[in-house]
Amino acid sequence: MATLEQTGSPDDGHLGDGHRRRDFINIAAVSFAGVGAAAVVIPLVNQMNPSADVLALASIEVDISAIKAGQAIKTSWRKQPVFIRNLTPKEIAEANAVPVSTLRDPQTLQERTKEGKQNWLITLGVCTHLGCVPLGAGEGEAKGDFGGYFCPCHGSHYDTAARIRKGPAPLNLHVPDYAFKSDTVVQIG
Amino acid sequence: MLRLFGPLIAPIVGLGFIAALVLAILTTSWEAEPPTAAHHFHLAPKPLHLASDGPLGKFDRQQLQRGFQVYKEVCSACHSARLVAFRDLQEIGFTNPEVKAIAKNWATEVPSVNPETGEPATRKALASDYIPSPYANETAARAANNNALPPDLSLITKARHGGAAYVHSLLTGYQNPPAELLEKFPDAKPSGTLHYNPYFANLNIAMPPPLAADGQVTYADGTKATIDQMAQDVSAFLVWTAEPKLENRHRTGIAVLIFLLIATTLAYMSYQNIWADRKH
Amino acid sequence: MSFPWAQHYAPKHPVTQWLDERLPLPRLVYNAVGAGYPVPRNLNYFWNFGVLAGAALGIQIITGIILAMHYAANGAIAFDSVESIMRDVNSGWLLRYAHANGASFFFIVVYLHIFRGLYYGSYKAPREMVWLLGVVIFLLMMATAFMGYVLPWGQMSFWGAQVITGFFSAIPVVGDPIRIWLLGGFAPDNAALNRFFSLHYLLPFVIAGVIILHIWSLHIPGSNNPTGVDVKGPQDTVPFHPYYTAKDGFGLGVFLIAFSTLLFFAPNLLGHPDNYIPANPLSTPAHIVPEWYFLPFYAILKAFTFNFLWIPAKLWGVMAMFGSILLLFFLPWIDSSPVRSTNYRPLYRWFFWMLVADVLALGYLGQAEPSTFVVFASQVCAAYYFAHFLIILPIVSRIERPLPLPNSITESVLHGEKAEAAPFGTQTA
Repeated sequence: MATLEQTGSPDDGHLGDGHRRRDFINIAAVSFAGVGAAAVVIPLVNQMNPSADVLALASIEVDISAIKAGQAIKTSWRKQPVFIRNLTPKEIAEANAVPVSTLRDPQTLQERTKEGKQNWLITLGVCTHLGCVPLGAGEGEAKGDFGGYFCPCHGSHYDTAARIRKGPAPLNLHVPDYAFKSDTVVQIG
Repeated sequence: MLRLFGPLIAPIVGLGFIAALVLAILTTSWEAEPPTAAHHFHLAPKPLHLASDGPLGKFDRQQLQRGFQVYKEVCSACHSARLVAFRDLQEIGFTNPEVKAIAKNWATEVPSVNPETGEPATRKALASDYIPSPYANETAARAANNNALPPDLSLITKARHGGAAYVHSLLTGYQNPPAELLEKFPDAKPSGTLHYNPYFANLNIAMPPPLAADGQVTYADGTKATIDQMAQDVSAFLVWTAEPKLENRHRTGIAVLIFLLIATTLAYMSYQNIWADRKH
Repeated sequence: MSFPWAQHYAPKHPVTQWLDERLPLPRLVYNAVGAGYPVPRNLNYFWNFGVLAGAALGIQIITGIILAMHYAANGAIAFDSVESIMRDVNSGWLLRYAHANGASFFFIVVYLHIFRGLYYGSYKAPREMVWLLGVVIFLLMMATAFMGYVLPWGQMSFWGAQVITGFFSAIPVVGDPIRIWLLGGFAPDNAALNRFFSLHYLLPFVIAGVIILHIWSLHIPGSNNPTGVDVKGPQDTVPFHPYYTAKDGFGLGVFLIAFSTLLFFAPNLLGHPDNYIPANPLSTPAHIVPEWYFLPFYAILKAFTFNFLWIPAKLWGVMAMFGSILLLFFLPWIDSSPVRSTNYRPLYRWFFWMLVADVLALGYLGQAEPSTFVVFASQVCAAYYFAHFLIILPIVSRIERPLPLPNSITESVLHGEKAEAAPFGTQTA
């Protein structure tokens, strides 16, 4: 309010309660405008979140009847690769033989699959290190030192339960939400 | 140069334009333009009142569902609504399983690819699909409709003057050409495949009357399906397809205006306060 | 910058002092729109529209950058991407309607800003450069608005692009090659859509740059005022902040109320239904009209129907339409009267209001369906437009005897009470 001191009329306004009430109105007006400006920011930020058509594609159904034991397929969910793998009894045994306490991200195969469907290992095909797609799902691809997946970007090795065993990745391959609609159809998401 | 522009060049340029205009005026032919049939017999849409009208308007979801039923059972045989996804129907009160069932049972399937052979194929629609067009492409649509193209209906109430009232009037406006019209403009008689409708821009529309009889659809909520009722319901539905965020817009608008009125009042008081000791 | 009694920026806090010695940006703002800019004390509400135009540009740039995150400049999907913004993007309908109506409000406030400049003679010496830069901004705005209207790729977008690029085909010999070069094809298509998108994104920043020059050149002589009388001393001015920031804050509130009313309750009022029909190169809408803010110029274009002096009517129309704007560049020299404010110009005042009525009439005629009478009326109105600037104004400014001017702004304020711009003798105190 320094500018008010320059006025030609050195009358009221600067003294006593009148002065305080007047300042209050200015502060209230500016604060109110500030609240409005902050409220406007919300839609401007929120618009970058996934739009309704993107969210609508958040669940898919996959027919797994053609995947034989020992085989895996890659499919796409939310524009990310998903590995669906039919484990052989040998692979299951290998996974169960590992002492959980020695793992970087301790989880049993049981925790990573559905009850009674332990041979179906469904994970995101996104390396937990920096997001490359690991090898091992396709026919003839390198499966890494532990027979599961191998990420060629920075050398992370995953075992037959897709758990991190060696290399820089911090976590096991992520298991998405999924449910068996029937013996041959699984819904992911 | 600039000093010259004012006194000399400006009037010369101005006179050039003005001379061209004056000559145009002088050579104007004032013969009356021949009247056209559309000019005399075209009607403005009848007023239509919907729950969504006005600044506080909201959709009547029951009516939208009836309108959707009319679209599904009548209009969708020829008209697409390609910007509307089945999932959107949840906004007018259908549940998620209902939407899935509607999509699955839709008369037209969605274009797809046979996963084994790669041949073009179709599959049942999913909730995330958009309402499929009844025709594969524009050529097919024209071939099936005497070379007339049934327009997509998603935006029709925003794409026509008069909006929903126009749709309602058009659907209920079919009639025989008035004798006076045929007397004055013998050429205006609808040819074989056209139908007289005074609400249509050139009076003759290719679409046959889609709502032909009361009870053409059977409403689940027991509303009597008169032609006028069906036309109103489908018009209301098409307001929603064109502007699905209408309620959101009205609600936000009221809140914003209340905020702005308070903010502006405060700003005015602050302005008066700051200028209080200034004569201006 | 301008007056010796302007307050000086004197930062007290060590941090602001440190900054001031290295990058005196706060000082620049202080002197431009802060307490360091003395402004005549008698400005009326018409002086709010400059700030409001700046606010409108801000709204357009912010909403525009966001819309560009969701829009796809390809003829096959442009229309659908706009509809996806309207339906699926979070708050997309709000952003898109704000941008579409924001363009209209930008023009509303700029037209009122131009009206104020014309009425109070703000284009006259020593503010010619302010005016010239303003006309440049106006031209850039028109180009930006036109290209933006093409982007939704509806019927009006497409045929607007077709018709407006068609202006260039009126130029003898090189016209058609220029048009094809502009479009990157023989009709508007992907090439045109993509380059319009690129330029539509670029030009607002050019506008912002020219606005900085516009304000810079304004700060040399300082703001004009309703009396048009020069500032004589400190008693004639108040510091921009807080006096005019407070007044502009109130003006901004009123502007936003009007803007929000349209945006939330009639967002398509100023649009055209045909633009909700996807572009169809095989079928022209029955009645094509440009957006409302181009209507007066469109009416001038259509008024020329006579081949005169071996120049075809089409070329006359295009020349007249561009000429009607370009002549504004010469206005400071066409009007030779030393009196700025029309309040003190009794004869010119009549012609000024005639011009306002004429432009409004041209706006109406621009959208009217062409009939013999409409064409006749547009010819008369277009003729008056040119007569006003190029014949009447030079003559009136020479023969007119202006009313006596007040000796100073302060004298006018003290004399005229609330009616700050009242000429002596015409209003009672």
